[in-house]
Amino acid sequence: MTGAGAVPVDITANGEPLTLLAGPGATLLDLLRDGAQMTGSKQGCNSGVCGACTVLVDGKTARACLMLAADCAGRSVVTVEGLDDDPHAAALREEMAAAGAVQCGYCTPGIAVALTGLFRDAAAAPDAETIRHWLGGNICRCTGYVAIVEAAVRAGQRSVGADAGAQTP
Amino acid sequence: MTGLPDAIGKRLPRRDAADKLAGAARYTDDLTRPGMLHAAIVGSPYPSARILAIDTAAARALPGVKTVLTSADLPDRRWGLFVYDETPLAAGVVRYVGEPVAAVAATDLATARAAAALIEVDYEELAPVLSIEEALKDGAIPVHPEFDGYEKRPDLGFERVNEIARQEFSEGDVEAAWGDCDVIVEGVYEVPSQSHVYLEPVSAIAEFDRAGKLTVWSANQSVYKVQATLARALDLPMARIRVATPAIGGAFGGKSGVTVQPLVAHLARAAGRPVRLTLTREEDFMAMRRRHPATVRVRTGAKADGTLIARDLEIVYDGGAYAEDSPAVLGFGLLMARGPYTIPHCRLRGRAVYTNRLRAAGFRGYGNPQVTFATESQIDELAGRLGIDPVELRLKNAVETGGRWIGGQTITSCGLKQCLTQARDAAGWTGKQRKSGAGAEANGKRRGIGVSAFAHICGLLGTSATVRLLEDGTVTLATGAVDLGQGAEAVLAQICAGALELDIGRINSAPVDSDAAPYNWSTGGSRVTYMAGRAVVQAAEAVRAQIARHAAELFECAPADIEIRPGGRAGIVGVPEKEIGFGEISLRAHYQSGGPIIGSGALVYDGQAFDTKEAIIRNYPFANIGTYVFGAHVVEVEVDTVTGKVEIVRAWMAHDVGRAINPTEVEGQIQGGFVQGAGYALLEELLWEDGQPINPSMMDYKVFGALDLPLDIHPIIVEDPEPSGPFGAKGIGEPPLVGAAPAIANAVADATGLRLRTLPMTPERVLDALDAAAIGGPEPPAPDRDPEPTPGA
Ligand code: FES
Ligand code: FES
Repeated sequence: MTGAGAVPVDITANGEPLTLLAGPGATLLDLLRDGAQMTGSKQGCNSGVCGACTVLVDGKTARACLMLAADCAGRSVVTVEGLDDDPHAAALREEMAAAGAVQCGYCTPGIAVALTGLFRDAAAAPDAETIRHWLGGNICRCTGYVAIVEAAVRAGQRSVGADAGAQTP
Repeated sequence: MTGLPDAIGKRLPRRDAADKLAGAARYTDDLTRPGMLHAAIVGSPYPSARILAIDTAAARALPGVKTVLTSADLPDRRWGLFVYDETPLAAGVVRYVGEPVAAVAATDLATARAAAALIEVDYEELAPVLSIEEALKDGAIPVHPEFDGYEKRPDLGFERVNEIARQEFSEGDVEAAWGDCDVIVEGVYEVPSQSHVYLEPVSAIAEFDRAGKLTVWSANQSVYKVQATLARALDLPMARIRVATPAIGGAFGGKSGVTVQPLVAHLARAAGRPVRLTLTREEDFMAMRRRHPATVRVRTGAKADGTLIARDLEIVYDGGAYAEDSPAVLGFGLLMARGPYTIPHCRLRGRAVYTNRLRAAGFRGYGNPQVTFATESQIDELAGRLGIDPVELRLKNAVETGGRWIGGQTITSCGLKQCLTQARDAAGWTGKQRKSGAGAEANGKRRGIGVSAFAHICGLLGTSATVRLLEDGTVTLATGAVDLGQGAEAVLAQICAGALELDIGRINSAPVDSDAAPYNWSTGGSRVTYMAGRAVVQAAEAVRAQIARHAAELFECAPADIEIRPGGRAGIVGVPEKEIGFGEISLRAHYQSGGPIIGSGALVYDGQAFDTKEAIIRNYPFANIGTYVFGAHVVEVEVDTVTGKVEIVRAWMAHDVGRAINPTEVEGQIQGGFVQGAGYALLEELLWEDGQPINPSMMDYKVFGALDLPLDIHPIIVEDPEPSGPFGAKGIGEPPLVGAAPAIANAVADATGLRLRTLPMTPERVLDALDAAAIGGPEPPAPDRDPEPTPGA
């Protein structure tokens, strides 16, 4: 979505320094999907409601569709593509796959990033209530959420803080 | 084979989950083609207007713009399912707000959108038809003045202006039967327009090669329906069109016909370059599809002992600006309108009409949620009047295996009573904790519990599959069953593994691409497990027979003496040491004798046809539809009498699936479908004011999030094997949505004593009902005969 008047923006994406062209009004989501060809972050609403575009910006969850690309200069962004070696995300991937928490998968990258952000900062495994609140802004039209929350609870027990390892099968 | 093979009934994890979890699954908007252009559309600002002129000069002059199309640039070719009334861009007139009028393809999306904004359209506004009443009144303005000239399927039965179809299913003598009834209840129910809100907005890429062959990648539910419609829209033979399927981000019926594929193909043809169009969420809300809103008038009568005697039902579906699925949605709704009960006298009639609103189409449930909300609410009203427990009343009248459906078909398998009793028992329903609005009020909150029982079908039309034995004895399965996210790939691979008694790891699934996949009518109608599954079993059996022939030749015995053993071996019956692996047999077939082993299966739904001697069936578009499936929901709600908010506390959803091929996937369908149905009951409604959509965004059109629902929503799988199904399996995609709204409405009635007959049961509607009751005192018991209830009262 570059068009006329594009300017270069320097960001760190999944640990790699990148210089990407951002058109006027381009969002971080445009920058990632069109500029960096990182299409794991999805566009469901482009208005900050659905959570399909959730990424970590300087370690905090953010809606990539709401951030202007130009404002991301110098920031460090982690997308779902950057979670391959993350132990929290790895536990989550196993538990979500086993629980049937993935149907169409369009919400899945955003949910995986949001939960990884939660687990990274948590001192202890989050309970179901905490996870439901945390995912309040991640819409899933397919699953009805139960399988996602239950899988997330188990993944947290396996990967977070002092509890980590206790529940590993 | 004795007993069930290993792969059947197993909670095997889906194989597409790994890519989806890693962000590596590719959806249409994630794909690019070399030289690809980006498209944008211009939508109509009016619900009804004549297009006087379109000025595209400024758009064309913008650097980077390669093509601008209006209907003047396109051939006059219309398509549709029953009425051929659709064009890629509005031709002459616009019929709803958001209808695409012009389209641009440019080198980047920003330029395409800038160019679209420069297109000027001159309109002459026309008086719109904005409701069912306006559509059907005397002297109504026709939404399609050219309707008579459209090509259409015969026998749609329309009589008045704006009627798309008119149908009837009747048995017995309703008028005479009222006299045999001790109690009669009557009501008018209103159901809203629900949006599919699949999380992936509609998207398509089209590309022509230099020989003129078109390839389209798109979110779709059937590569063959898309191929057939593209052939018509572009005047190309189907053999010159390839339709491929990337990952699909949900569909629920909303991607079942063509969406934007014909428009994108025209853009690609005009530009001579590949083109991608992805709708914004707002465009998708305004220009794609929605569930039919409907008005349902129902009257049901019973004996004092609870025996159901007669039902008269009339439904009108608002089909919107184009006919699409409307005749079939209407027909299916009527087929479900007797409910899963034996009622000897029924008159079930309905119409679908045009209005100047967004086209309505198939949406998970396909006409059934509208009807079942009305009829299952009414069964509860009847139970209240009779003083019979609502579960007992349903059990007393429930159909059973061997019973007959309206229209004369024999029910071949039926776990309805198990669904009712299992959901009831799991919920701890004793009949005593029903509050009937009497109290148990804490902090202004009242709890209530409600039940629904319902049916659906799985079946419909044609499908096919091939199973190929590879040189090493592993297998490639091909079907035309697009996976919308519900797990079609996983379930069909499990059926294939089961039928060949192989480990799932030895089954590969081919992509669903019209150039290679065997025909499948559609992923819809809850039919893939049942129909495509049957084709897979047929194909696998053909492979088993060829394997047995090879083994018999090798062992010099009769093929009948050969058995297929689990794990991919064939051996002589009773001689355990005499056996040979599939790999060796396949090598022999490839290089020595017989040729590569390929099995195929193909069928058209072959169940019993309706019996027109036993029932009056007018203008029904099918001779048979499918085999019947059943379910029952019990839901506990809490109604806040201060805010009007209805919260679901717990729910139990029992579904007879014949056989759960993969219980985890079945439970996922049940939970996800129930939650969509709960949204239909309590929250979701596309709204218009003067024909203008007022909530076409995810900000304004809410769907339930993780916080809005409890974790206490429990699927219950009932297995009453269907003789014709693969390993006894039936469908599950749609039914979980169907039962949600009536069970919730019945729980609200239990909690408050108030009957809400209009969906969604928003806080305002609940408060209005509570206020009306407070002013007028509690709702008086309805009179025995001919009450004239107010909708929503
Ligand atoms: S696409 Fe960013 S929140 Fe929906
Ligand atoms: S799995 Fe489809 S939206 Fe969540």
